[in-house]
Amino acid sequence: MCIGIPGRIIKIDGRMATVDVGGAMRNIALDLIEDASPGDYIIAHAGFAIHKVDEEEAIKTLNMIREITGSVEDYDAAF
Amino acid sequence: MKHVDEYRDSALARVLVDGIRQVADRPFKFMEVCGSHTVAIFKSGIRDLLPRNISLISGPGCPVCVTSVEDIDKAAAIAGMDGVVLATFGDMVRVPGSRVSLQKAKADGADVRVVYSPFDALKLAQSDPSRKVVFLAAGFETTSPAVAATLGRAIEAGVKNFLLLSVHKTIPGAMRALLDTPELGLDGFICPGHVSTIIGTAPYRFIADEYRRAAVVSGFEPLDILQSTLMLIEQIREGRPSVEIQYRRAVSEEGNPVARGVLGRYFEASDANWRGIGVIPGSGLKLKTEYAAYDAERVLDIKIGESRETRGCICGMVLKGIKNPPECRLFGKACTPETPVGACMVSFEGSCAAYYKYGAR
Repeated sequence: MCIGIPGRIIKIDGRMATVDVGGAMRNIALDLIEDASPGDYIIAHAGFAIHKVDEEEAIKTLNMIREITGSVEDYDAAF
Repeated sequence: MKHVDEYRDSALARVLVDGIRQVADRPFKFMEVCGSHTVAIFKSGIRDLLPRNISLISGPGCPVCVTSVEDIDKAAAIAGMDGVVLATFGDMVRVPGSRVSLQKAKADGADVRVVYSPFDALKLAQSDPSRKVVFLAAGFETTSPAVAATLGRAIEAGVKNFLLLSVHKTIPGAMRALLDTPELGLDGFICPGHVSTIIGTAPYRFIADEYRRAAVVSGFEPLDILQSTLMLIEQIREGRPSVEIQYRRAVSEEGNPVARGVLGRYFEASDANWRGIGVIPGSGLKLKTEYAAYDAERVLDIKIGESRETRGCICGMVLKGIKNPPECRLFGKACTPETPVGACMVSFEGSCAAYYKYGAR
């Protein structure tokens, strides 16, 4: 039940945001996070954003996996 | 970057599995606490990919599955009251109580609604002020802050007919109870991802410090889980049990203090009865006394008879990881996802439902 779905904030109106979750537009409450802006990725759970996805950390994790697996190609911010 | 597909690359997965194979020089037993991990592991076939000496066992991390029979009985009693609407998350309505599930109560005339967000329950209350809307609030730390924030909005808007029946639970106490179960013999935990988004890593430190077991907070995609498994094995081999985060894109050491602040404003720790496990001190959440006006247990006169567990169901041992679902004599016979006898067969994240769906042995 603790499913969290990543989505991208399209616009913000007060404490509510319109979030693109895999192509579907959802109204998501922002009461539980700070400093959200349009363009940010968030993790949505039960109608609330519970976390702002850290893009830099995401890239680091993928690069770490690539390092373990000996793959040369790096993910970069262009993704 | 969409934060999903990047973590499903099969070529990378194969190399990670090879890496695990190289270091797995003895049997290792890890528990994935979270039901979403259980589903991800089955769906991606990770159990079959891993070498045989690595066992991943499912834990008690499905809030639907661990809701006690007594709590379901209370919810069914509330649903049957005049002028009351009972709202809750989808799977909760199918959990068997002593006599009826909420679904059965609805068929018998009670007003039971399924909502996606606690917000929807608040909207129901606002749309009909003549009736009390009771939200049966189940869920771990991922969910409870959302419920707290919803209560905050209800209070702000002056809504008086919105009540909570809190059956919220917190995870670290249950993990301690599992570590105190000697027959389990766990080497470490795949810690729940989104619970950790809220609580951070500090609440898990006892796992490494007191019990000398490994702990890694993992994401939910196949590469996440494989990398976490490798990290767990390395912690043990190198003799440095600790709490590490693999799921860095969604979890930080400090967690989400804003969410914890909202939660702490309205809720405080209480003892909680876990189905099949029993009472774990301090592992529940109840509304603080100053919010008693929103607490269904304090406002309503809830009368239930003696609650009784389903006979023959071994959910308790499944939730603790002591037995696998196919070891239950009801599994796949009297108990299926269509006609669940035990709670673990109800939610699609329950261990029994996952074993059934993916045909695991």
